[in-house]
Amino acid sequence: MSPSPPEDPAATGAPALTRADVAHLAYLTRLKLTDEELDTYVGQLSVILDSVAQVSQLATPDVVPTTHAVPLTNVYREDVVVPGLEHDAALAGAPAEQDGRFRVPQILGEGE
Amino acid sequence: MSSPSSSSASSSSTDLTRMTAADLATRIHSGEVSSVEVAQAHLDRIGAVDGDVHAFLHVSGESALSQAAAVDAARANGDTLGPLAGVPLALKDVLVQKGVPTTAGSKILEGWLPPYDATVTTKLIEAGIVILGKTNMDEFAMGSSTENSAYGPTRNPWDLDRIPGGSGGGSAAALAAFEAPLAIGTDTGGSIRQPASVTGTVGAKPTYGGVSRYGVIALASSLDQVGPCARTVLDTALLHEVIAGHDPRDSTSIPQPVPQVVAAVRRGQNEDLSGVRIGVVKQLHSDAYQSGVLSSFDQAVEKFTALGAEIVEVDCPHFEAALAAYYLILPSECSSNLARFDAMRYGLRVGDTGGASAEEVMMATRGAGFGPEVKRRIILGAYALSAGYYDAYYGSAQKVRTLIRQDFEKAYLAADVLISPASPVTAFPIGEKVNDPMAMYLNDLATIPGSLAGIPAMSVPSGLAADTGLPVGLQIMGPALGEEQMYRVAAAFEAAYVAEHGGVVADSAPALATAEVTR
Repeated sequence: MSPSPPEDPAATGAPALTRADVAHLAYLTRLKLTDEELDTYVGQLSVILDSVAQVSQLATPDVVPTTHAVPLTNVYREDVVVPGLEHDAALAGAPAEQDGRFRVPQILGEGE
Repeated sequence: MSSPSSSSASSSSTDLTRMTAADLATRIHSGEVSSVEVAQAHLDRIGAVDGDVHAFLHVSGESALSQAAAVDAARANGDTLGPLAGVPLALKDVLVQKGVPTTAGSKILEGWLPPYDATVTTKLIEAGIVILGKTNMDEFAMGSSTENSAYGPTRNPWDLDRIPGGSGGGSAAALAAFEAPLAIGTDTGGSIRQPASVTGTVGAKPTYGGVSRYGVIALASSLDQVGPCARTVLDTALLHEVIAGHDPRDSTSIPQPVPQVVAAVRRGQNEDLSGVRIGVVKQLHSDAYQSGVLSSFDQAVEKFTALGAEIVEVDCPHFEAALAAYYLILPSECSSNLARFDAMRYGLRVGDTGGASAEEVMMATRGAGFGPEVKRRIILGAYALSAGYYDAYYGSAQKVRTLIRQDFEKAYLAADVLISPASPVTAFPIGEKVNDPMAMYLNDLATIPGSLAGIPAMSVPSGLAADTGLPVGLQIMGPALGEEQMYRVAAAFEAAYVAEHGGVVADSAPALATAEVTR
């Protein structure tokens, strides 16, 4: 865990997000944004974050987090072979295909 | 978008669209009317009014008629028919149907034909239910107005300048416009209940895990649930029993028997509510709610008293933080779920010029294919999950979720079901909140606590608001797996309303101008 961000962002009153933050998050989430979109989101996301930050005040150390409303653990099934998608059906929605495979753009850069 | 091939709308076919699913099933099974006639009547209705309403993204005219013909043939053959066999239904465009365009309201899936059926789709087809088409929705179910659909908004049949709720606005509007007697919705934070509320229809979110999600395009996996929608409580219960049940293909599906909600509805219709404790949630009755909504709710409480129920007030202090917790949990989960739209195996691909890298194509595709609300939530979720902020945001929200669950557990010691308004406001004008995400999020104020706790909850019309004249929804919430008591109370309420007004709320929806059906 990185030590720099505050424990409780709600308590600092600092603006939650900068334009550079949003640009970085957009890169991490593989979203190409226009400058206009970036400007809009910085403002809107800061408003949303201010409104939701109150959760950290209620979240005392003694409260156990809930990840699923109706938790089920160790869900098993019989280990039997069942038919899956046919090859052609799986490829039918491909944006591009070649030799019965998904054709994708270059994944590794030059020299990699 | 295909248009239905149709024959002329006769007066008898107009009547067929006004009937409940239960009535239609009885008439189809007795041979009084054929399933094909019923399907055709609804396709004609869609052809006549959907230009204005825009409830459907795709109408499956041919396959609906051939499904209907198969039911008629099975009947002629003396086969046993399921309780809803031959009755038409509108399917929300977030559930896949093999070979039928499925977009989840997004450009990123435009033109995609799913190679398989969702479990719910399979169950519907096996039950002989006739699928008329796919209904409009906010993109990937993110929204409360259907304005976030990449294909344009759906309009509320009560007032075409107003929103039909969301994300399942198309399904709710199809019911209120008498384009279908049954519909399927999905509910993550209120996407079944809030549209039902603002369109004067009925919609139920089952207990989390009560209905299979195999083949449902995921938004937030710890919250998403599929549910039935109709114009009456009985029709909703009949559909509930068709789609519910354990599915080994969904690991979050609960291994429990299907709740006997139809029997519960019959009981509610025939008995009063003496001995039933109904809890009014203090935190869901405040000045955040429109006055016409509150007065309709207060009248509902009086009706319950008259029915012999015991009314208690319950205190759920942590509900005040439910919206905040939800708007951290949902974006976090959706930022992860929507990573699958990577332009590689299916869906849109933009910028694949030969020289561009996979990463560049991915970014260009997602930038072009997702709408503003989807991008907003993906970015918000990625932030809430990032190192250093995870504990303060996502971790804290999950703790608040525990506190809300505990509030419910305590409340259900004092009450058998809880009630509140389903939506804080009646249908608002299209465009009014589209540039203010926080104002839009407030529409789910009353429905979100139940979503976070995974309990069953439904909206039943409580009447028309005195201030706007538009439908108001009453939310009835049961404890986990408490569908039967929830439906019983809903049915008793609806029966009392019908006794007083001579019909359900949807019956008084305005007649829509009908366009000449071209064929």
